[in-house]
Amino acid sequence: MGSGPADAKFHVLAVDDSLIDRKLIERLLKSSSFQVTAVDSGSKALQFLGLQDDEKRDPQPTPVPPNHHQETEVNLIITDYCMPGMTGYELLRKIKESKSLNYIPVVIMSSENIPTRINRCLEEGAEEFFLKPVQMHDVNKLRPHLMRGKQSQETTKHQ
Amino acid sequence: MDGVAQLKKRLADYTTSLYDEGYLDDQFVQLQQLQDESNPEFVVEVVSLFFQDSQRLLSELAKALEQQSVDFRKVDAYVHQLKGSSSSIGAQRVQRACISFRNYCDDQNIEGCLKCLQQLKNEYSLMKNKLETLFKLEQQLLEAGG
Repeated sequence: MGSGPADAKFHVLAVDDSLIDRKLIERLLKSSSFQVTAVDSGSKALQFLGLQDDEKRDPQPTPVPPNHHQETEVNLIITDYCMPGMTGYELLRKIKESKSLNYIPVVIMSSENIPTRINRCLEEGAEEFFLKPVQMHDVNKLRPHLMRGKQSQETTKHQ
Repeated sequence: MDGVAQLKKRLADYTTSLYDEGYLDDQFVQLQQLQDESNPEFVVEVVSLFFQDSQRLLSELAKALEQQSVDFRKVDAYVHQLKGSSSSIGAQRVQRACISFRNYCDDQNIEGCLKCLQQLKNEYSLMKNKLETLFKLEQQLLEAGG
């Protein structure tokens, strides 16, 4: 595309099994000028990130090509909590347990306001917990996490 | 000129009534705010997805409740999905009907669930009609040059 890393947009990976919610989050993120990749399961998210999912709970066998390009590295993951197969919490744990990906900030979305659930996610390393329906004022909170994520990524690369 | 003004008023009054009567909540406003010149059909697209998805879920619910041995976890899962999507577009009355439905699922009350399904179908039907009318009024206004 011709633009160097300094001009590259922040890239957000959105994970949600609901088609409507994927469309909504994609529009919200794009209207904030973020680049978006939206997938419908935790397994597909891990595939995209280049992490193998050993448990293979995803019933859809269609492969997602792993993302190896510098320009489209993922700067933030926003995931629904309640999903069939791998939950958003399980996805969060796998990201945080991964040496190559744990610098990526993760945000959880949920339609249910359950304090124990929220705390569990925050304790596991989620940056934010958004109640659905997610709105513009929630998406506005992502920028500082995205900037920090990109900085950590740069640091990791130079080591 | 008179035509456009009248259409505008009709649209505004109809829209107000939808909020006043609780059919729509603020989330619908959020959807409209996401629509712009680069995404001029956003609201209609999302609502169309909602119609398709809801029809599918209502039909699955009917099937699930007809079974000899009702799988309430499955029923609850379908209602949870419909609750989520109706909430995402601001379809408040449909969302509320889903919330009541889930209580009967928790109690494993088939009679209650069947009643709720009927109520849910009614609310969905009403919502669909109202939104289709709203879109028609918007289209009329556009065509009249408003």
